[in-house]
Amino acid sequence: MRTLDVSVVTPDGPVFEGTAEMVSSKAKSGELGVLPGHIPLVAPLTISAVRVKQDGKTQYVAVSGGFIEVRPEKVTILAQAAELAEEIEVKRAEEAKERAERRLAETNQNDLDQARAEYALRRAINRLDVANHR
Amino acid sequence: MALRDIKARIDATKKTMQITKAMEMVSAAALNRAEQNAKRFTPYMDKMQEVVTSIAAGSKSARHPMLSSRPIKKTGYFVITADRGLAGAYNSNVLRHVYRTINERHQSPDEYALIVVGKVGLNFFKRRNMTIIDSITGLPDQPSFADIKAIASKAVGLYANETFDELYMYYNHFVSAIQSELTERKVLPLTGFEGTVSSNAAYEYEPSEEEILEVLLPQYAESLIYGALLDAKAAEHASRMTAMRNATDNADDLIGQFTLTYNRERQAAITQEITEIVGGVAALE
Repeated sequence: MRTLDVSVVTPDGPVFEGTAEMVSSKAKSGELGVLPGHIPLVAPLTISAVRVKQDGKTQYVAVSGGFIEVRPEKVTILAQAAELAEEIEVKRAEEAKERAERRLAETNQNDLDQARAEYALRRAINRLDVANHR
Repeated sequence: MALRDIKARIDATKKTMQITKAMEMVSAAALNRAEQNAKRFTPYMDKMQEVVTSIAAGSKSARHPMLSSRPIKKTGYFVITADRGLAGAYNSNVLRHVYRTINERHQSPDEYALIVVGKVGLNFFKRRNMTIIDSITGLPDQPSFADIKAIASKAVGLYANETFDELYMYYNHFVSAIQSELTERKVLPLTGFEGTVSSNAAYEYEPSEEEILEVLLPQYAESLIYGALLDAKAAEHASRMTAMRNATDNADDLIGQFTLTYNRERQAAITQEITEIVGGVAALE
């Protein structure tokens, strides 16, 4: 069976490296599944879970946006932050979620703060979702 | 100098030497880790560079404010310094250069804005009443991307909303453990992609090049800043290590000199005592 090399890279180092039969991700324009032999492609990702299927098992990786670069034999995901499902600290993610909710409730009208809190909240929720798939 | 005073100087210098020696070793360990951090960051930056280059250079149609120059009304300066001194010329190198550059280039404070990393730099510019738009202090010795994310994205945001029209970055580039190099780098608008078309520039863009650049370019600019910070941190640790090693060596020299003086004085005192005794005995005969 043909496989793909997959790597998820962040500024703090690689989070995931391995081979896979299929990579599913959520791009800004919609769900994006990549099989080996895909044409070269670049797409921005949403804050979401990337699913890497290998040997019948699925590895979940939480990514905070970024983008995916696809080549026929290789998929690279560049995100500013990414975590494997097993490595997510649920407690910290929950705290981050509460913090973001609180800030969202406090800030009124300030667009930038509002946007930032919303972004933090989405990331926290995403991490909690992904943590359920360990 | 009295014998007792010399002894006191020797003891004091020894104690100082212990401290500088310990600081040297701490910095050496920190430098080691800083180099590893920089190494971990490399694959991300390389990949980023590759994709940005292939999009920015590969297509004539892709236009983005971050790629094109506009008339300069205000210039942003992103200056990276340390939180603490005792690092040789590390801070003063950068600060002196930035200060001189700003005074040469700008007549009024409306023409520039500073973003400062590190307490030393912040105090320096504050004392001189310069326009500081944002600052961050107390970064850990081994900063992660999350530590710098807020200020990096703010810097990029200020360019995007046209608060300033170009952004320069000043920091010490790490060359080797005993050498660093003051670096001036233009971060925004992004340049230098022309003529570097890579062979595999035939990407499909989903949904469109413009929308990808929208995500990609800020992320790229932020990682340039993070890369510079990692570089500067390595240089800082190296510089502190060298400074402390020099201090330790100097202390060692001083102790040597003092010990020599001490022994000479001691010998002189003994000789004098003997002479006195001999003289006294001679007088009695």
